[in-house]
Amino acid sequence: MDTNVDVSMRVNGDPVSRRIEARMNLVDFLREELGLSGSHVGCEHGVCGACTVRVDGRIVRGCLMVAAQADGADVTTIEGLSDTGEIRALQDAFVERNALQCGYCTPGMLLTLAELMERNRAASRSEIREFISGNYCRCTGYEAIVDAFEMARSARSGGGGDAA
Amino acid sequence: MKPAPFAYVRAATLDDALRTLEEHGDGARVLAGGQSLMATLNMRLSAPEVLVDIGRVDGLAGIEDTGDTLRIGAMTRHVEVETSELVAEHAPLVASAMPHIAHPAIRNAGTFGGSIAFADPAAELPACAVALGARMTIAGKAGSRTVEADAFFRGLYETAIAPREILTAVEVPKIAPGWKSGLMELARRHGDYAIIGLAAHVEVEGGRFGGGRLVFFGAGDHPVAAAQTAALLEGETWSDRLADRLAASLKEELDPFEDLNADAAMRRHLAGVLVKRTLGPLAAA
Repeated sequence: MDTNVDVSMRVNGDPVSRRIEARMNLVDFLREELGLSGSHVGCEHGVCGACTVRVDGRIVRGCLMVAAQADGADVTTIEGLSDTGEIRALQDAFVERNALQCGYCTPGMLLTLAELMERNRAASRSEIREFISGNYCRCTGYEAIVDAFEMARSARSGGGGDAA
Repeated sequence: MKPAPFAYVRAATLDDALRTLEEHGDGARVLAGGQSLMATLNMRLSAPEVLVDIGRVDGLAGIEDTGDTLRIGAMTRHVEVETSELVAEHAPLVASAMPHIAHPAIRNAGTFGGSIAFADPAAELPACAVALGARMTIAGKAGSRTVEADAFFRGLYETAIAPREILTAVEVPKIAPGWKSGLMELARRHGDYAIIGLAAHVEVEGGRFGGGRLVFFGAGDHPVAAAQTAALLEGETWSDRLADRLAASLKEELDPFEDLNADAAMRRHLAGVLVKRTLGPLAAA
């Protein structure tokens, strides 16, 4: 049987079509076929969260879905989220609070926290920690990341309405 | 690691999916949310020739109120179950299990039916299905059949789903008046598979227990219903003495495995801890 497959999807607003190996996962597709290397590849079995991307409005593990499953979907990566300005406050707060050192987990963290901002903006510190429990950071000890979410939340509420 | 090469077929209908499974026999695997399957493929623990994606088959997703039960379609994503008002009202045991299942990004993709069909011995939903007496609907070439939860989980990752069949829905009986349920688990990190967990579904009226089920996960190769221990509840009210009797009974009744997280004695001990923490509040509520 043919182990290749045609896929078309919208990535960061732009339509893309490729013929790829069916086994290619979404994060490899984004990085290798489209050159969008902001989504990182860590454990490749769904544990670390470095490959987190948004598919049809919700975050998923880019390593736990084949690109073919995203055929016809609307995919957003850290590049797209940065460009639209949706997570500007979070990004600023990450810098301000030193919420990253090596930066490897950062794109996944930002995608995950952006979803929390939508779903439960008033999250307590323990709820924030729980929400990012699927994203490993080996540098910060997470405290600064939780601080950054809290800071970004107040920046947003002071900034006149939801970006979303 | 990367998976070995495979072909990919996106089924348009259930018949289409079943036909593809027939055609490829043992070389085919059903792809639902992929949250367990993809990891095993990436690690090359499994190397199917063809993946049959049922993600877009009509009618497999959604939660329906059928009167006495909730019918949860196999392709219903965990996040839908987690946020469903129907589930919160009529199947509180399932609702309380959802936050324990992995992490948000995985609950957005993973499916209710996928967890049941994969039957990980430490997973929450198979234990909930047994505790609640859920019924699984399985489709095959000859049509659909229904299997009770007790007969469904047969062993380590082994269920009543035969090769070339597909789980299409799970019917969860609605909670009856006078019944209460609770789920608790112990894990090293929130979202990890439990070292051991308990799905309890019991009758309590005026602080006095009637019948019920205590089903453990992470305690054997499939969900383990501790019937002998549950029988001790009958007619009792909650007390430290009862808690001790239950814990002692569980030490006799359970025969858990050991792994890097805990040996069998520790799991037996933790079973007693879970029973105390879960049933005490249920009796008081």
